Amino acid sequence: MHQINCPWCGPRDENEFSYQGDANCRIATQSKAPEEIEDLLYFRPNPKGLHKEYWHHVSGCRQYIIVERHTLTHEIRSARLARSPQNQEQS
Amino acid sequence: MKYSELSLLREGITGHKNWPRAWRDAQPKKRYDAIIIGGGGHGLATAYYLAREHSITNVAVLEKGWIGGGNVGRNTTIIRSNYMLPANTHFYDFSMKLWEQQERDLNFNTMVSQRGVLNLFHSDPQRDAFARRGNAMRLAGVDAELLDKEQVRQLAPRLDFENARFPIEGGLFQPRGGTVRHDAVAWGYARAADSRGVDIIQNCEVIDIIHEGGKAIGVSTSKGPIHADKIGIAVAGHTSQVAKMTGIRLPIETHVLQAFVTEGLKPFVDTVITFGAGHFYVSQSDKGGLVFGGDLDGYNSYAQRGGFPMMHHVMAAGVAMMPSLGRVRLLRQWGGVMDMTMDGSPIICKTDIGGLYLNGGWCYGGFKATPASGFCFAHTIAKDEPHALNAPFTIDRFRTGHLLDEKGVGPNPWIQ
Amino acid sequence: MASYRIQNGGAIDRARPVKFRFDGKSYTGFDGDTLASALMANGVSLLGRSFKYHRPRGLVTLGSAEPNALAEIGEGARREANVQMTMVELHDGLIAQSQNRFPSLRFDLMSVNQLFSKFLVAGFYYKSFMWPSAFWEPVYEKIIRRAAGLGRAAEGPDSDHYEHRHIHCDVLVIGAGLAGISAAQTAAAAGSRVLMLEEHAWLGGVSAYDDDPVDFTAQLDGRDDLQILRRTTALGIYDHNVVLALERSGDHLGEIADGHPRQRLWIIRPKQIVVAAGALERPITFDNNDKPGVMLSSAARGLANRFAVAAGKDVVILAADDTAYEVAADLHAKGIKISAIADMRDQIPSFARAQIPENIRVIEAAQPIKALGRTCVRGLRLKHAGSVENVKCDAILLAGGYNPNVHLLSHAGSAPVWKEEIHAFVPADTSGPIWAAGACRGIFDASACRVDGEVAGANAAMAAGFPFGVKSLGPVLESRATLDRLHVSGKGKAFVDFQNDVTEFDVRLAAQEGYQSVEHLKRYTTLGMATDQGKTSSVNGLSVLADALGKDISDVGTTRFRPPYTPTAIGAFAGHARGRDFQPIRKTAFHHCHEDLGAVFVEVGQWLRPRYYPQAGEDIFSAIKREAKAVRTSVGVCDVSTLGKIELFGPDAAKFLNRLYINNWMKLAVGKARYGVMLREDGCLLDDGTTSRLAEDHFFMTCTTANAARVLAHMDYASQILFPEMDVGFCSATEQWCGLALAGPNSRKVLGGLFQDLDVSDEAFPFMGVRETEFDGMPARIFRISFSGELAYEINTHWGCAAALWEKLQAAGQSFGLTPYGSEALGVLRIEKGHVAGSEIDGRTTAKDVGLGGMMAKKDCIGKAMAMRPGMVDEKRPALIGLKPVNRADRLRGGAHFVSPHDVGVSKPVQSLGWVSSVADSPNLGHWIGLGFIEGGQSRIGERAMCVYPLKDEAVEVEICNPCFFDPDGERLRG
Repeated sequence: MHQINCPWCGPRDENEFSYQGDANCRIATQSKAPEEIEDLLYFRPNPKGLHKEYWHHVSGCRQYIIVERHTLTHEIRSARLARSPQNQEQS
Repeated sequence: MKYSELSLLREGITGHKNWPRAWRDAQPKKRYDAIIIGGGGHGLATAYYLAREHSITNVAVLEKGWIGGGNVGRNTTIIRSNYMLPANTHFYDFSMKLWEQQERDLNFNTMVSQRGVLNLFHSDPQRDAFARRGNAMRLAGVDAELLDKEQVRQLAPRLDFENARFPIEGGLFQPRGGTVRHDAVAWGYARAADSRGVDIIQNCEVIDIIHEGGKAIGVSTSKGPIHADKIGIAVAGHTSQVAKMTGIRLPIETHVLQAFVTEGLKPFVDTVITFGAGHFYVSQSDKGGLVFGGDLDGYNSYAQRGGFPMMHHVMAAGVAMMPSLGRVRLLRQWGGVMDMTMDGSPIICKTDIGGLYLNGGWCYGGFKATPASGFCFAHTIAKDEPHALNAPFTIDRFRTGHLLDEKGVGPNPWIQ
Repeated sequence: MASYRIQNGGAIDRARPVKFRFDGKSYTGFDGDTLASALMANGVSLLGRSFKYHRPRGLVTLGSAEPNALAEIGEGARREANVQMTMVELHDGLIAQSQNRFPSLRFDLMSVNQLFSKFLVAGFYYKSFMWPSAFWEPVYEKIIRRAAGLGRAAEGPDSDHYEHRHIHCDVLVIGAGLAGISAAQTAAAAGSRVLMLEEHAWLGGVSAYDDDPVDFTAQLDGRDDLQILRRTTALGIYDHNVVLALERSGDHLGEIADGHPRQRLWIIRPKQIVVAAGALERPITFDNNDKPGVMLSSAARGLANRFAVAAGKDVVILAADDTAYEVAADLHAKGIKISAIADMRDQIPSFARAQIPENIRVIEAAQPIKALGRTCVRGLRLKHAGSVENVKCDAILLAGGYNPNVHLLSHAGSAPVWKEEIHAFVPADTSGPIWAAGACRGIFDASACRVDGEVAGANAAMAAGFPFGVKSLGPVLESRATLDRLHVSGKGKAFVDFQNDVTEFDVRLAAQEGYQSVEHLKRYTTLGMATDQGKTSSVNGLSVLADALGKDISDVGTTRFRPPYTPTAIGAFAGHARGRDFQPIRKTAFHHCHEDLGAVFVEVGQWLRPRYYPQAGEDIFSAIKREAKAVRTSVGVCDVSTLGKIELFGPDAAKFLNRLYINNWMKLAVGKARYGVMLREDGCLLDDGTTSRLAEDHFFMTCTTANAARVLAHMDYASQILFPEMDVGFCSATEQWCGLALAGPNSRKVLGGLFQDLDVSDEAFPFMGVRETEFDGMPARIFRISFSGELAYEINTHWGCAAALWEKLQAAGQSFGLTPYGSEALGVLRIEKGHVAGSEIDGRTTAKDVGLGGMMAKKDCIGKAMAMRPGMVDEKRPALIGLKPVNRADRLRGGAHFVSPHDVGVSKPVQSLGWVSSVADSPNLGHWIGLGFIEGGQSRIGERAMCVYPLKDEAVEVEICNPCFFDPDGERLRG
């Protein structure tokens, strides 16, 4: 049972969150080339190792958290708010 | 040696000294006509059908560990063809027909048991959705029956008809569905392929796929390089990893699906039953254990183990469906890694690299698909073009939008 | 039957006799006994039958690893099968029954299987039962299933309760043996919060089987820094080191008090874990080693010291390990005759021998040949110094050395490794956050275990943030001379896995046939798949396999360990979520109003909604017709509180909606509502609903009941990730606003009566208008929107005002015959109007499919580009149409398919042209109508098609029509 350190709420049980998939998938505008959107939407990196992914703190602060988690050990490396400024700059 | 009552009798009397190995302990040759990466059910079946249907016998199956160690050895043994979308219905029913003749084909009793698969429904809209599927099956020539509550009670009297949160209204029943002794499927195909000349090479990990000028020419392995004209990938659970060796990116994510087995009990669950108001399905093995499962844990994972949230849900759903399960004791739980495609249907196709073929993305459907998957993949490899049955299972459909979304949840395999 | 009770000593309370029943017969034991010890004391040594051959079996262990002594405990709905008798604490009224035998334990007809055992070797079924193929299910499988299983499941719903408890601690110690207790004490002394779990009712682990055990209770109970859970088994270590543990809090009580659980599942989140799970003695494999009377030497010692029961009157100890001599000394002291210690080793350490009186016979380099006796042990035939001897005895005690209990330590992933010095597998990694201490990591000596526990406890506390002087490892460990080859090949049956009847021969046969991986061995022979999950069998099996392959056991490896550590009732994992409590029930604010009217409810997700309101003598069909008709002719009221409701605020709210919905929102006027459709990112329909503008920067969105949570999450995603630059905030208001739909030609009059200050005229309050007002001093909103196609309003007010609103509305509507209508009538009305709902928005359809493609505005929105892909706009995609039976008396059904007329009734597979999504028996049109999807869609309007429902062998000729059956121009709703 995962424990995720929500930047707003502190360490919380997996039960409070809803998984929302690969955090590379971000299609802010539909004006991109369809191939590019398809790549983001369907052709996922699916690493065996650290995976950047969204967890929605749906029974808590309702923030989307970007979690870096190992897909084999399930160890969590980091958890930060998806809407924080540095994430916006990165993308 | 042919397996039969007679040979068993003879060996029983003489002390079983003459049973040969079920498959040879082959060492790799330098070159093969075809290599199948992955000694699971699909890989072994592919090798068998390459030999039987296409007379291609200079074939090696390369297995990283022990054959049958992936999902064919780690599933809930159910076979069925109760799909709604025509591409899936036809493909899975072809698989069902191959199951029905499997022990004769392979001379290996895989204990195909057509005890029926019952999907419970709990509301009128759910009944209509099931009826749409059942009618689609019937139009495709597949058996299906719509049962009312009383008929369900006859079939499974221990379900909760009295105190249910979501009362049972009826069920969609496929009598030809059932279970198969899963490990035996791998062994049966291995033995039958081996007897036709296929080399089954265990403890042989593929490290890279060698390709030149857009064509695959061989693999480098932990036992050295092996060359081949054609290479098939059948490593569901790890398809993304192996495909990545050639730079191919796939519409696949890897997720963990839990399964559970109880202690052995005198038989009281005679069909396969799925709950319609929660994630739970169950059957009882011929050894007496209840084999059951639910849905994905719901996050990308290569760990072959599950977590408590889904386990809790599955157990609660089980007791909700059949209250007398409360005192039945769980013996063992495990997790299998699933190739989840972004529309819930599989991929069997050629790739952009010549001579490299892909079989994967089986989602939950891998075990029941084993014979048809092997058959169609062998056809695709031998003829360099898909069989009509696997023609819709392309990678391209994710770009063109001709999706086969059986579940209707879009590219979000974790949504339940 | 002779008593095997030793006259003195033991931890039983001789002043408190306990009566119990086994197989219908009454027995007496003492408080402190287990079912196993009490039966043994009564001379009952035949306790079970094996799975395949139905061989008679007796006790092997004293713990949860017991493979043979299993029973059904309790009766009827409370019957639990396969319970280890060794783990059942005796209590008055206990009822137990042996299992897997017919007709009785002593005389089991199924033991006839033994006669065919030559043919029933490992994997025989893969080679047989193939001819004729038609015989498998009806004949062969039927016979096999008759023999399947051990005990019988309970017959009815489990009437006991199971509780879940969550707990956090700094250090969790698993196992209260010597190492565990030291670890717990040390960690507690360092200041950390410690929780210790113990499987048994008592503390001390195997030291509780000493002749004069330490009373740890006095030392450990009642402390603030150390909580101990007895009768609590750690089941598994899960991700992020969560430990699940089962407390059998009620099983040892005859009666469970009201409100108390039978068992309690603990969900433990420790910072650090110390596993001190001990070790299990291993059996020795030789012919007939399964007869009742053959048991582990540790079990015989515990029986004598703790339970004051003699394992036999005259025993032989078969030794491969020094511990045999401790056992011999203890048994001798209890007055049990020891005919011999048959030591399989060539060299016996002198310190071992020094522990026993000189008059006990020791046979060196003894080779067991077979256990003698028909049902129970009568002797041991062995070979030594070149000759064969039958040693008379009634019990053979096996001292095969110990297997560290690595089970839990392997759950987290790392496979155990073979340690040659002690001839056993030990955990690979024992250095935090999961520490191991004592016998489970191969340290067997009592004093060394204590020190090891202190070290682990100190390390764990320190890692949890409680520094404490770390100790060095104590005294040098005593070396032990354990024989690694614990199998002696004979001609008969030498059992490796007792319960599953896997013999040494089976293991060798599997190896011969190429099933040489440990996993193949397990799956081919069923070795290690019994209820003990290989605890008593696995290492011995691996040892035979290694021998057969000519390999070292370290090269063979182990199979994977999986939770739970011991079999655990499913009910304990389910907890309270069962029966009607399986899922929470959501009720609307009007629930009791519906109840007062005798409404029949229907589950819509977790919600209960009124389905229809039957009047006296009415069936469901006539009630639906009456309700639907009332709406079209006068006025009806429907509870729409379950719709998802979302308040949006902010200067960019309109812009935000523009990206969510396919249609335009920038120009929606304040005080107006609009219908909107939104897509998933992949271009399929996500949801639809009405959204109103209450102010420039304030919108109120509604979404469908089923998708409310999904839509809100989608909006969170859009605002936080896709469009973080937009200044918009929103929150769910589903359970803040209750809602009623008031529909029908008289709805305006009723509304006017209810809100007398409000100008309800069409001019002042036109279609799609929104008005904010008050009800009972609380805010209220009225929307002139219509799902039914009639002149209609939706009234929202404070959830708490529902009863008052309902009551006043009834009064205002009385003269118009205001009729409550349920979800069924609502469905009929929307189908008559051709409005799409969940059956049409099924996760696969597009806006174009359902005829809403024209709403797609020029601007950008989520999912738009993907909705334009060739496969999504393919003209061959089935599209929404209406249908009605050509013969108006025919019935339509949801889930039917359209086929070409010449495909009706043919036996070969035919192509489906589409399907019927929703149907209704329209009271206003007087016949069945339906919505469906068909290839060609609207271009087929006016054509006829065949609508088939093969599941009921029905075929109906239908006319394809516009999906809007009623008032297509919308005059009524604008009226």
